[in-house]
Amino acid sequence: MSPDYLELLHALMPEAALVIGALVVLGFDLVVAKRDTLEERMNSSVTIGALSIVAALWHTVRAGAFGPAFGGVLNFDHLAVAARGGVLVLALLTLLLSAGTAHARHGAEYVAVILFATVGFTLMAAAQQLLLAFLALELASLSLYVLAGFDKSRPASAEAGLKYFLFGGMAAAFLLFGFSLIYGLTGSIELPQIAAQLAHQGMSPLLVVALVMVLVAFGFKASAAPFHLWAPDVYEGAPVSSAALIASASKLAGFTLFTRLLWPGFGIVAGIAPTAHVWAGWVPVVLLLSGSSLFIGNLGALAQTNVRRLLAYSAIAHAGALLLGVVVAGRAGPGPLFYYAATYGLATVGAFGVIGVVAKAGACQKITDLAGLHRRSPLLAGCLMIFILSLAGVPPLAGFFGKFAVFAAALQLGGLASPVGWLVFLAIAFSAVALYYYLVILKQALVTAPAADASRIAVPAPAAITLAAAALMLLLFGIFPSLLLGMF
Amino acid sequence: MNALPCTIYISFTGALLALVAGIRSAATARVVALLTALTSFGVTLMAAMDFVPGPGLQTLINHPWIPQLGIRYHLAADGISMTLIVLTGIAAVAGILFSWNIEERAGEFFAFFLTLIGGVYGVFLSADAFTLFVFYEIAIVPKYFLIANWGSTNREYGAMKLVLYSFAGSALVLAGLLWAYAAGGAHSFGIGDLAAAARHFSPALQTGMFALVFLGFAVLAGLFPFHTWAPTGHVAAPTAASMLLAGVVMKLGAYGCLRVAMPLFPLGLAFWQPAIAGLAIVGILYAGLVALVQDDFKFVIGYSSVSHMGFVLLGLAAANAQAVSGAVLQMFSHGVIAGLLFAVVGRMVYERTHTRQLEDLRKMPLHRLMPFAAATFVLAGLASMGMPGFSGFPAELTILIGTWKTAPMWALAAAVGVPVAAAFTLRVIQVSFFGSTEAKAVPATAVHPLPPITLAEKTGALLLLGATLLVGLKPDLLFDWINPALQSPLFQAMFKGGTP
Repeated sequence: MSPDYLELLHALMPEAALVIGALVVLGFDLVVAKRDTLEERMNSSVTIGALSIVAALWHTVRAGAFGPAFGGVLNFDHLAVAARGGVLVLALLTLLLSAGTAHARHGAEYVAVILFATVGFTLMAAAQQLLLAFLALELASLSLYVLAGFDKSRPASAEAGLKYFLFGGMAAAFLLFGFSLIYGLTGSIELPQIAAQLAHQGMSPLLVVALVMVLVAFGFKASAAPFHLWAPDVYEGAPVSSAALIASASKLAGFTLFTRLLWPGFGIVAGIAPTAHVWAGWVPVVLLLSGSSLFIGNLGALAQTNVRRLLAYSAIAHAGALLLGVVVAGRAGPGPLFYYAATYGLATVGAFGVIGVVAKAGACQKITDLAGLHRRSPLLAGCLMIFILSLAGVPPLAGFFGKFAVFAAALQLGGLASPVGWLVFLAIAFSAVALYYYLVILKQALVTAPAADASRIAVPAPAAITLAAAALMLLLFGIFPSLLLGMF
Repeated sequence: MNALPCTIYISFTGALLALVAGIRSAATARVVALLTALTSFGVTLMAAMDFVPGPGLQTLINHPWIPQLGIRYHLAADGISMTLIVLTGIAAVAGILFSWNIEERAGEFFAFFLTLIGGVYGVFLSADAFTLFVFYEIAIVPKYFLIANWGSTNREYGAMKLVLYSFAGSALVLAGLLWAYAAGGAHSFGIGDLAAAARHFSPALQTGMFALVFLGFAVLAGLFPFHTWAPTGHVAAPTAASMLLAGVVMKLGAYGCLRVAMPLFPLGLAFWQPAIAGLAIVGILYAGLVALVQDDFKFVIGYSSVSHMGFVLLGLAAANAQAVSGAVLQMFSHGVIAGLLFAVVGRMVYERTHTRQLEDLRKMPLHRLMPFAAATFVLAGLASMGMPGFSGFPAELTILIGTWKTAPMWALAAAVGVPVAAAFTLRVIQVSFFGSTEAKAVPATAVHPLPPITLAEKTGALLLLGATLLVGLKPDLLFDWINPALQSPLFQAMFKGGTP
């Protein structure tokens, strides 16, 4: 491998833009904006950060898909470009929403860490080598631990940060151990070579151990049951925009990374090839994770009274459907999975954004804190309706089509009367259960009268525009899914 | 004719406009909503004028929608959809006239109302199963907000129950359709294409798919024992919403059964036919008997809806041209009559007397206090009982004759439902409107004069009465649309049990 650094620079322009943006944010805050109020400092940081993300987005779109770069360490295929675009858009929305809602102290540091996390996400989306994959994942994860525990004034935030860190560190250890075993087995850290070696070797006990370890880390990143326990506490305790980032962009990047590992890398031992009669491979394990996530997520959500915990359990339930998308990616391509993850991220960012704005005007912990939102702010109520109905999978919103595409592809693997088919049926049946807990939120927001002491909520203009844009995107992608599916 | 898809777009645009107009005032929102409904009704009537009945669906628009999955935006109409589209137009206009008194959050009310209507138009016009499903779900969710926000008794419970039943039903439909789509090679969701693919499925496969899709749709049509959402939902809903629920939304379910489940999986239909007919007959009789003993005026009408929809399902289960055409006519007829009954109970009586308890109403000389309501209800009651001259008569008669051709015992059993319907209708007429005929029973001074029936209500009532009378006196108006439609190869194959 002869490293061509010019090519690398060209390929990593978006990352460069983000890192430079983060440094400018810190420098500007330190040098120029020292005497401004906290609010102004936060706003200027967000502006610079947003500009750097837009620049990164522009580079990503302009460069397009140009295949492997830097000797195959990175692979800029259609999935990578789509996922990089997706995480950048989600990060941008999160950042804009944090302008009016986040804890204003240390605003510049907060924005800079979000940008560093985004660099991790974009690298995760393109990584095709185990070492880089791990480094990108860790860059993103370490930034997210910091973001989760950023609000020093609340113990819940510290608890969220610590829990996320402990679970995440454990998952990272598993992943590294799994990678080292794979390296030992195949003698390579490059996915194409690993795939070639595995095709040669086939299944071995050591490979089983390695795969299980990788899947543990995946389960953590995807918040799939039984590795979901961190999710409710982090979603509840972390600052709102950190939780939004963890729930959206991080999910999209994680699913992209692991789909790339599992299919191009270990696809040969998937264990669901149409010709294989023996069920041995990682697909059955992923299906198991998917089924348990559907159960625990949907049933757990029924019992929640805290809106953020409810969103966490809904995230676990969605992870179940997303894992199905990972399984079908081998045959149907990553299109359905990407569509699902991206639009799920949009809806989640939006929902957290609404929660953030409401929380700024008072408390927004319990579901009942949303009572009478239609009076307090019709805009927020309308946007929340779109986000929640999209999460519930009601057409014509994007959430419906995501589920539809994944399920349609999954049923092509073996009809309704196969294990995958049962899982699809379970997921479809649970969508009716899910509608219940989503409607519980909407009932508070759109039906119940506001509490006596509740005042009107003034929505800051950036937040209002961001929320409306997210809602419109959900509607647009829902009515014209080909806009996203056509990228593959 | 080609303007029919506009009904959908007009309704959705009207929903947005009404929402914006509601910020100004409730009156503006009302006017916008009425104009919207009238415009789409006008488009429907214009299309009905130059509609040439024929076998098979006449394509209105056919455009690739999601090429990656072979989904097309395909709208088409035949005599069956025309019948139901006209019904939707009537129900929409009447529903808005009967919600003229909504003041609180009127903009949102009419926005949800028109969204529902747009979805209903869409379902009746879809020739692609995916398109149909999307519109079907669009019609479900607004019901929750209509009922939970503007409803009455136990509204949050009724709304949630209704929406969860509907959504669970549509989940079954989705599972069945996806299964058929995947098994057919995942090329297309067009109803014709799916049916062509399904011809190669094994009987067992067809049986399973039919069970999912039919049951899913039948939940919304009020198939016993999955009908319990209907009475509670109807009672909880505001007047216009119960008119729509009974008038068109329950028809969505029956229409889905007829348009999707039955032609796609004729072998499945042949297998499940006796079970469906049995449940339909139980529904007719059980709901009729339950209606006989209700204390709440609206519950009587709610259960009567389930009973009348049983006839529709029976006609579908009989699966011959005559019974099915009767079933389609019954959909129209019940849509109009149930709308009228709910309008009288919910708007004219309840919002003036503030009670629906038959015991309380018995003490009021309602026939003198509101003669217009009493006369309307008597006429609607007669229509509901299946009196000749009203649309219910040709509809139920055709169903029974058609069913007789398939299985005489079914027709005999279902015919018992007719006197039961007469019994509960007559009882409720007597108790609620003519409970105290003696002037002495209630001193005139003790009765507060009730607000007079408004012009909007009278117009709406006359519109619905006119529709049921017109079709009752000349059912051929609709039969001439429906019967040719049933001659299409798809339906003919279905009548012959899957052998083309």
